[in-house]
Amino acid sequence: MIPEIGQFALILALALAVCQTILPLVGAHRGDAAMMAVGRTAATGQFLFVAVSFACLTYSFLTSDFSVLYVANHSQLALPTLYKVSAVWGAHEGSLLLWILLLAAWTLAVASFSSGLPKPFAARVIGVLGFLSIGFLLFALLTSNPFDRLIPAPADGGDLNPLLQDPGLAIHPPLLYIGYVGFSVAFAFAIAAMISGDLDQKWARWTRPWTTVAWMFLTLGIALGSWWAYYELGWGGWWFWDAVENASFMPWLIGTALIHSLAVTEKRGLFKSWTLLLAITAFSLSLLGTFLVRSGIIVSVHAFATDPTRGFFILTFLAVVVIGALVLYAWRAPSLDSDVGFGLLSRETFLLLNNVLLVVATALVLIGTLAPLVVEMMTGGKISIGPPWFNVAFLVPMLPLVILLGMGMHTAWRSQKADAWWRVLRIPAIVAIVLGVIIPLLFYGRVSLLLVVGCGAAAWIVISSLIQPVRSLLRQKGTAGITRSALGMSVAHLGMGLFVIGVTIVSAFGVESDQALQPGESIEVAGFEFHMVGLSNVKGPNFSAIEAEIEIRNDGKLVSKVYPQKRQYLVQKSWMTEAGIRAGLDKDLFVALGDQLGQNAWSVRVQYKPLIRFIWLGALIMALGGLIAISDRRYRAGSRETEAAA
Amino acid sequence: MKRLFAVVATVLLVSSAFAIDEGKRFDDPEMQARYEKLISEVRCLQCQNQSIKDSNVSLAADLRREIARMIDEGQTDDEIAEFLVVRYGEFALYSPRKTGKTLVLWLVPFLLVLFGGYALLRVLKHRMSLPIGDDTEQ
Amino acid sequence: MNRFVWPLVAVIALLVFLVMGLRHGDPRALPSPFIGKPAPQFELPTLKNPEVTIGTNTMAGNYALVNVWATWCVMCRAEHPFLLELAANKAIPIYGINWRDSRLEAIRWLDDLGDPYLASAYDEDGRVGIDWGVYGAPETFLVDPDGIVVYKHLGPLDPVVWQREFVSRMSGGGQAQ
Repeated sequence: MIPEIGQFALILALALAVCQTILPLVGAHRGDAAMMAVGRTAATGQFLFVAVSFACLTYSFLTSDFSVLYVANHSQLALPTLYKVSAVWGAHEGSLLLWILLLAAWTLAVASFSSGLPKPFAARVIGVLGFLSIGFLLFALLTSNPFDRLIPAPADGGDLNPLLQDPGLAIHPPLLYIGYVGFSVAFAFAIAAMISGDLDQKWARWTRPWTTVAWMFLTLGIALGSWWAYYELGWGGWWFWDAVENASFMPWLIGTALIHSLAVTEKRGLFKSWTLLLAITAFSLSLLGTFLVRSGIIVSVHAFATDPTRGFFILTFLAVVVIGALVLYAWRAPSLDSDVGFGLLSRETFLLLNNVLLVVATALVLIGTLAPLVVEMMTGGKISIGPPWFNVAFLVPMLPLVILLGMGMHTAWRSQKADAWWRVLRIPAIVAIVLGVIIPLLFYGRVSLLLVVGCGAAAWIVISSLIQPVRSLLRQKGTAGITRSALGMSVAHLGMGLFVIGVTIVSAFGVESDQALQPGESIEVAGFEFHMVGLSNVKGPNFSAIEAEIEIRNDGKLVSKVYPQKRQYLVQKSWMTEAGIRAGLDKDLFVALGDQLGQNAWSVRVQYKPLIRFIWLGALIMALGGLIAISDRRYRAGSRETEAAA
Repeated sequence: MKRLFAVVATVLLVSSAFAIDEGKRFDDPEMQARYEKLISEVRCLQCQNQSIKDSNVSLAADLRREIARMIDEGQTDDEIAEFLVVRYGEFALYSPRKTGKTLVLWLVPFLLVLFGGYALLRVLKHRMSLPIGDDTEQ
Repeated sequence: MNRFVWPLVAVIALLVFLVMGLRHGDPRALPSPFIGKPAPQFELPTLKNPEVTIGTNTMAGNYALVNVWATWCVMCRAEHPFLLELAANKAIPIYGINWRDSRLEAIRWLDDLGDPYLASAYDEDGRVGIDWGVYGAPETFLVDPDGIVVYKHLGPLDPVVWQREFVSRMSGGGQAQ
């Protein structure tokens, strides 16, 4: 009964989405206030019904209703409750429902917080979001229904993929999707502006907070995915340039460019067509990512096991949405040009550079992801493009960007006097270069050109980000001397600096060693002794494991004990490695069991990862910066004031 | 198509039981470094996007063994790459070779940056020619 | 052309390409680099009698199937009846490469299920498998009388595949089923 209610609720949601799309859009065109007002009501209704549907699916999981095919495939009686819930979004159909729920939630949020927006504009935004909802609801109902029944129902299910039975991965999709889907708001704002032909600084100010929140969640979602891969997959890596990772990273890069471009449009009314195009592109990349991951077109560890029919559906939807947006763009963008300029040394120039470099980086990631497919279709031969290429290619635009970042923050709008600029930056620049040499040499004993550049750039960003906040603190005005917007910028850039230093140090000084180990034996890696005390059998709720107790010593003194496991999940019979990690801000000591070599002997992968936590800490701080920025006064009361006057 | 998935899945599931990995080590740090770099750049052909360094399946172990043997015999990195390409095609290498058709891939980042730079300069020139304006904007 | 149309043009091109990509087929299938080239030379002891060796020389002069199999391979068991059928009808000489397997178990397997192979080579460490570019079992190669690899099939062999891919490539050599 419940699954049928869930399905019916989806159908009703679709009907409401249709109302939500047609009526407000027509109403905005005709100036009909009643029709426009339907938008908010329909959005509320759609959200409620989708929520009911989602609740029904969750209920089916919690009660282990194996007569529902999706539940039978991805759950098990012995599955811990937390994972019964996260299994709801653990595979294609359910994660699609999550997407639909979040899209409805974002729409409701926009509808609720848009009292400061002109009615026709808000109506158009809701209408566009409704169109997107229609597409996804149709996709679910026609090709990917999570409520399909399985009769007769099996006694027990096929279990959730053991890789997903982890708290980190449980929240990774929701965080990621909030970001992914959130870019639809900027997209809708762009479409609404193009339809009416009005795109000005007010529009940029409205769009910015929505975009920043989406970007924040995407940052967190990607960081979480990276951290999860590190501790769960057993190989100690944190980024593999896998197609699915790239699918989430591309919208992030464009989203970052979009936030910066919106700043210029808000401040000076410039870069309007850039901002429009970036807003369209960010969400388009979200859609493209969905397509790549669910169509089976690309091989990936993370890809959902799905088929080309679904791929065709998404592709068609993607085509309609993106082509429609770009036709509007080609029509409206030419008239958006404004007649103001800026000097060579100006913040506008730096932000333009920022846009260009981020777009180049995104294009490179896209090329690397799709090139194997292009080559295969053109020549029949297959090639692989992996981390070796991506790491080099990505660095080409990113290295200049990182250096320009520190400069751009302190450059005035319109035109900056070169000598004043140099006076602010010269000491930080020198300190950065010095630190670039000292840090690797002093702490890790080795220096090279790449290290100096990497550490120097990181130091440069960190110092440069701190100049403004520190100055305002010293001026006795406390934090009132710096706007939250500027503080947010500084904090976000600081996060970026921490990220860069983490990547540089762990790439250069990380040590990895695969060795055989038996109870009673020790091995030495990076100056630490890893002593296997013993092996034991452990039972979990739905797995059995062999666990090793490993003592980590430094100079004979005990540093920590870790307990890496090799688990076999009872239903899917797949083997999982649970690494034993001694975590620290300064370094991680990572032990994973490889293969059994004999009666008691195991191959063990030991890793020394200096500063690896800075990578995720940096991302966290970047997201924090975003949060601080949007709490700025002008995004709250400001919009209502100016709109009241208008 | 589905059968193909089933085949490879079966192979994956069963063959990991046979993986015997001794964690090849060379006493010579240079050879060890070469070995580790090479195995991180060779694709595990039975897996869904992993290097043979990170994979436990039997083919990955076999390929690691072969690469270690070739390093021991004094073969160069290029010769080892050629060995793999002859048998499995360019697909086996995560790092496209810097010769022939795949060389283009390595030039693309620089070409794109140059193109971006050119576009940027054009926009800059245009904007620098316009009046910089003051604080009164809409 | 107005420069604002370029994004639209680029996206349309990308979409066309993606449609083609979708129809392209299985992204995991890896074509054999040996198609059209001489079969990799090998000589290995046979499974049942280690004193005797077989190799590429043994197969010369006729069309031949080289089938890579193992007892741990579920799909190999699935295709086994069809291989027995081919052998019984003398459609084509079939040679096996027993890949990364236990000799004892492999012999027992053939005793239990029947032996369609003129002989099976015993590739204990998988070296020959690597030389042939094998990455999964079962794999079946069609080698022509001159020792050139004509075709490779990944996965179990069945009548449909046999007709469509193997028989069609044999000119006057083997018999149609």
